[in-house]
Amino acid sequence: MKKAGITIENVHLSFGETEVLKGVNLEIKPGEFFAFLGPSGSGKSTLLRAIAGFGPNPKGRILIGGKDVVGLDPWKRNVGMVFQSYALWPHMSVRDNVGFGLKERKLPSAQIKTKVDATLDLVDLAHLADRMPNQLSGGQQQRIALARTIVVEPEVLLLDEPLSNLDASLRVQMRRELLRLQRQLGLTTIFVTHDQEEANTTCDRMAVLDGGVIQQIGSPQQLYDTPDNLFVANFLGTANILEGTVEIDGDTKRFLTKTGDSLSLPDGSGAVGTNIILRPQNISMSHKKAKNSLPGKVRHSEFLGSQIRYLVAAGGTEIVIDQSHRAGQDWFTTGADVHLLANTSTAVVL
Amino acid sequence: MSQNSSLSAGLADRMPKWLVPNLSGLHIVAIFIALLLIGLLLVPVAQVMIVAFQDPATGAATLQNFVDFFRTSLFRESFWNSFYVSAMSVVFATAIALPLAYITTRFHFSGSILIQSLGFIPLIMPPFVGAVAMQLIFGRNGTVNLIIREKFGFDIPFMDGLNGVILVQSIHYFPFILINLSASLRNIDRSMEEAAQNLGSHGLRLFRRIVFPLAMPGYIAGAALVFIKVFDDLGTPLLLNVNNMLAPQAFLRISSIGISDPMGYVISVILVVFSILSLWASFLFMRGKDYATVQKGGGGMAKRTLKTREKILAYGAVIFILLLVLSPHIGLLLLSFGTIWSYAPLPDGYTLQNYVTMWESSKTFISNTVLYAGIAATLDVIIGTAIAYIVLRTGIFGRKGLDYLATAALAVPGVVLGIGYLRVFHNLDVPFTGEPMASWWVIIALALMIRRLPYALRACMAALQQVSLSLEEAAESLGATKRRTIQKIVIPLMTGGILAGFVTSFATAAVELSATIMLVSSNSDAPLAYGIYLFMQTPSGRGAGAALGIVAVVVVAIGTIASQVIIERDKKLKSPGDSH
Repeated sequence: MKKAGITIENVHLSFGETEVLKGVNLEIKPGEFFAFLGPSGSGKSTLLRAIAGFGPNPKGRILIGGKDVVGLDPWKRNVGMVFQSYALWPHMSVRDNVGFGLKERKLPSAQIKTKVDATLDLVDLAHLADRMPNQLSGGQQQRIALARTIVVEPEVLLLDEPLSNLDASLRVQMRRELLRLQRQLGLTTIFVTHDQEEANTTCDRMAVLDGGVIQQIGSPQQLYDTPDNLFVANFLGTANILEGTVEIDGDTKRFLTKTGDSLSLPDGSGAVGTNIILRPQNISMSHKKAKNSLPGKVRHSEFLGSQIRYLVAAGGTEIVIDQSHRAGQDWFTTGADVHLLANTSTAVVL
Repeated sequence: MSQNSSLSAGLADRMPKWLVPNLSGLHIVAIFIALLLIGLLLVPVAQVMIVAFQDPATGAATLQNFVDFFRTSLFRESFWNSFYVSAMSVVFATAIALPLAYITTRFHFSGSILIQSLGFIPLIMPPFVGAVAMQLIFGRNGTVNLIIREKFGFDIPFMDGLNGVILVQSIHYFPFILINLSASLRNIDRSMEEAAQNLGSHGLRLFRRIVFPLAMPGYIAGAALVFIKVFDDLGTPLLLNVNNMLAPQAFLRISSIGISDPMGYVISVILVVFSILSLWASFLFMRGKDYATVQKGGGGMAKRTLKTREKILAYGAVIFILLLVLSPHIGLLLLSFGTIWSYAPLPDGYTLQNYVTMWESSKTFISNTVLYAGIAATLDVIIGTAIAYIVLRTGIFGRKGLDYLATAALAVPGVVLGIGYLRVFHNLDVPFTGEPMASWWVIIALALMIRRLPYALRACMAALQQVSLSLEEAAESLGATKRRTIQKIVIPLMTGGILAGFVTSFATAAVELSATIMLVSSNSDAPLAYGIYLFMQTPSGRGAGAALGIVAVVVVAIGTIASQVIIERDKKLKSPGDSH
């Protein structure tokens, strides 16, 4: 299969007066599994639909395999899209649904049959070829929708929240399936989702969108560990954000909180900013005071099974701390005075 | 559940169980309604069927009547004509409805509201009322042909014979296709179309392979309805003086030869069979094809903005169609205000005299109409509410049967019901007065009640479905009995739906002709629709007839608007939390 890269250059898009995409720039490599992650209204689906050719024409350029497709009718782009609702046509059998695109391409019917059978095999549903879509389960419909799209060998595969209509356990299974197929076919794939776990577990790289602007691009770990801004930090997992200032004292750097407590920062870090971001699992708690520890009071605790989540008043705010739970371990009771020790070597200052 | 039989408990214990059924108030109501429906619907229709298969002299079972029917060339011709007129009406109604439905659902078109409101106007006029007006506009010497003849030297037989019936019927009934087709088109999820575009399909091919097949169930439902309505209709062919069709033949045989002539019954059987067949065919086609595919937040099909050239074309088509569709109304209005209108494009002069004449001679028609339609609609909503409650809220044995029986009235043409009543009641006398029951005015009201019951029942069912069961359970848990709960909770919450059902039943019963024309025995018992029919028989009466027709249109229009307003207000009232 052809692998095409996608280049998006300064794309603006408006619905009437409302500007939904405000200057998007993006480079997706051939064969990459890429995710658009963002809350609803962030413009992620609009961007995906613009690549497929749906919705109003954007300003700027969208290059697929080096060819600008802006203004090109959807049926003239070789871009495959799987819809959130699957959009299987209820009046056609599974076989007719999957064969539709090949028929539009005027392939001889013998060849259509071979290709449809091969693709149905690929998604493990060859035995359902003569069913009608309403006789299939949600997961089966999803796979048929996928088969219908990949059978025409598109240059790019677009997935619009493909797992959102499935129940939780099926979702986990399907995302592995998706990844397996993507690797097998080597298709350049864009996956739109609002679920960070889905994006984290599948994609090579992702773009976090908010307010029609790309906030950050990178691998899931990069974005989680070194967010560029508070939005990304908050959107990907839980983040404790302490306000304060960075103080430089000779070679050593410290972060001084509003309450006057100080946290050491790694030597030679170029950290500047007024917020320090600490992930809940990177903070430990103790009854004893230690160097650079932050005094606090336990406000609330929740037992989550593998972890205990504490809410601790400290540093002028409420801090979330996750401690892994082992049988027999003591809890910190609500109201207890504690000292927090943050692993600041991984902390990000913004 | 009920303790009605507790008084006779001692005796009941010693009797076999089936002899002392444990009946609650609701059971008694159900039985009463069942008896009413059997007596007023099932027995008359069954009677008609039986007579069709009986030798008129001996009463023995025979197929001879059907053999005679098909041996008579007039009947063969009538049969073919009815079929042809119905099929062609479906074709022309489609030609009118398809562009309107397509333009309103697929494009941003400022005329859409115009189409949606004006497109439904034909339904508020009984077709026979507009027939005479259409004659004056499109007839051999009507407005259009006079102009064409003057300019081009030929004329077009729009209204000649069967053409006239087809034209009037398709103009009148196309909204059934428009409503159903538009709803279907609107229910197609945008992604259905986008998925096809994504796979390389577009334009007419996309419409043919994806959009139209998905809208097919709606189209078939509308088309089947048009076919049945036209096939059964009596008033339009009668007024256009086209007698070689089935319904007019049935009417003429019964009214001129008498109720013992078997041909009217044979025709009735054919009418009923065709009604059921086309309903059944459309049901078969639609089975398993619930294509309403709109997803949550998905919205209907993508609408496109028209280019200037397309816009002119669209407006041209829409205005042409709307002018055609409104021509019966325009014609009727001109006729009602005109002095003499004959061999001229427009009336010679304008006057209010027709309305004065109409008022002086139609007071009884109008008061009879209010009386009959009022009784019919009141009974309809009472029975409709009761059936709705029994079907939706109780486990009474055979409750679905009540629903089916009441709805079956839809498949019984008015002519057939009329003939059935004549046959069943002609030997009975009215209690106390001793006059023959078949010519008693109450029978007319009862026929109207049965004819309009399916509509009222649907309205009541819909209203009750909106009342959450937990509201009733809350009342019962606070100590209210079943009866009090129905009185204090269910009925008040259903009021909007019941009122809407009443108004619709009243307005449509007020202009019903096909059953009443068989049952009216004297002019003093005649309702408005029959009055229009009488007026239209003579050229001099046409003006007043048209004026009475306008009254009918206004009554139905007010009724339709009122029921819409009631339903809308009711919807708003019941969904306070659902404001997003």
